[in-house]
Amino acid sequence: MAVLLKKNPIDILFLGITAIASLSVVLFIAGILYILFTESSESIGKFGILQFLFSLEWDPVQELFGAATSLFGTVVTTVISLMLAIPIAIGIAIFVTEISPNILKGPIGIAIELLAAIPSIIYGMWGLFTLAPIMSNYIEPALQKSIGKVPLVGMLFKGTPMGIDLLTASIILSIMIIPFTASIARDSFNLTPAVVKESAYALGATQWEVVKNIVLPYSKLGVFGGAVLSLGRALGETMAVAFVLGNNHQITSSLLDAAATITVTLANEFTEADTDIYLSSLFNLALILFVFSFIILATAKIFLLKAEKRYSR
Amino acid sequence: MKSDLTLNAKDLDFFYAGGVQALKKINLPVLKNKVTALIGPSGCGKTTLLRCFNRMHDLYPGNSYKGEILFNNENILSQDFDLIALRSRIGMVFQKPTPFPMSIFDNISYGLKLKGLKSRNELSEQVEKALINAALWDEVKDKLNVSAYDLSGGQQQRLVIARALAVEPEVLLFDEPTSALDPISTGKIEDLIVHLKNDITIIIVTHNMQQAARISDRTGFMMLGDLIEFDNTDRIFTRPSQKLTEDYITGRFG
Repeated sequence: MAVLLKKNPIDILFLGITAIASLSVVLFIAGILYILFTESSESIGKFGILQFLFSLEWDPVQELFGAATSLFGTVVTTVISLMLAIPIAIGIAIFVTEISPNILKGPIGIAIELLAAIPSIIYGMWGLFTLAPIMSNYIEPALQKSIGKVPLVGMLFKGTPMGIDLLTASIILSIMIIPFTASIARDSFNLTPAVVKESAYALGATQWEVVKNIVLPYSKLGVFGGAVLSLGRALGETMAVAFVLGNNHQITSSLLDAAATITVTLANEFTEADTDIYLSSLFNLALILFVFSFIILATAKIFLLKAEKRYSR
Repeated sequence: MKSDLTLNAKDLDFFYAGGVQALKKINLPVLKNKVTALIGPSGCGKTTLLRCFNRMHDLYPGNSYKGEILFNNENILSQDFDLIALRSRIGMVFQKPTPFPMSIFDNISYGLKLKGLKSRNELSEQVEKALINAALWDEVKDKLNVSAYDLSGGQQQRLVIARALAVEPEVLLFDEPTSALDPISTGKIEDLIVHLKNDITIIIVTHNMQQAARISDRTGFMMLGDLIEFDNTDRIFTRPSQKLTEDYITGRFG
């Protein structure tokens, strides 16, 4: 306080305004969390936290609700989209930072950023009208004829290829998160000091050996953090997925089946929620997503901080 | 006399991308198993010249060379010269220590593995030999699996020298190797360089004229891309033939 008193009045005013601006963020988060808790209290009270989390029921008519089916769709689409996006994003980042001639670096960077700038509803429409027919007519039958014949893995591709399913939704999601993963991976790669790379070249390493042994180990924490940030984004993505996932509450072994995610359920069903317990259960779903996203984002931040500390000296 | 030359730059011009000429008609014969020092004010081109010898400039597009550099009578500037092979025969140590993000053992054995050496026993032997040659063995022999980042700056620099030595190069290029180190570490590395010339040829760029006087056999003085004078070290520092050299070593500029 003694320090504060010495300051001139304008500084104190300035300090006050900026402090209020910063505190408002914390208040907003607390407020949202409070509303989510109070609104979902009826659902939590009726079904219990764990039962709600693991219950397969989603039956508005009998007023039985559980998060397992939505959670299933969210986790599956997220995991598959990350599996598709991360290798491609790392490939893009390696090409842009290490291999591409300078003339190409700018245009590729801008193209990636444009990909991130497309509103998600446009991805959804493109997915419904363009990608889904391509998937159901060509790609999914081809997958069934090839990998579908392999025992065990084959059951991932059972059923009628409709194009409106987990696989299509995951592909759309992966296209949407590639720009994030790629640009964070690129920034991490750029943290590798040129002189360390030169040292490896000076020992007779090839470009591939430098990327594999120096650049990737140097930036793996950063790349991991970027992947987790993308994970957070994939978890919360709604509109693009809503178009191509079919909103069918079920747990299925086949990626060619329709499913539901938490966000899609929320977007589709809020207007239909005609009973208190229905509405409260939707808030309960929202609360689960909030907690999930929070944990994932916090993990990512910790990793990125660690990465910075480790290599900033 | 001719066979005593390991490297020989002949009428070497170098242009950075964009056309700036950084080296002008450099003629620098480098004697085998001697220490050759390059001195001169900042921006004179001494580091640029050093990086020509292992063609480090090729990592960045648009740079170009003219003239020739003979390495055991082969022109390393020719288009089809194998740069990977060249760089395993001409090693380089940089201004700041550049340990790789891996253990001490893996750092030293990295170049050997690149060459295709796989046998664990042989790798261990070579790692030990390189560390002994770099006067680091006694300090790290009990913690070879520890991350190289855990070493002090001076130790890291000797680690990097050991890593370069492990692939048994014929030439080692040093780019101001002690400018980031304290006097004691600097002394150790200078002793090491003098000791190393029994086996290899050394070219060192330095800002420190006393260092050049202490450890080198031949010294080249450069300015604005020209090699002003190149002679035996004691002659350069006692009776330089060029006025510019004399002005520089007596501290009148630079």
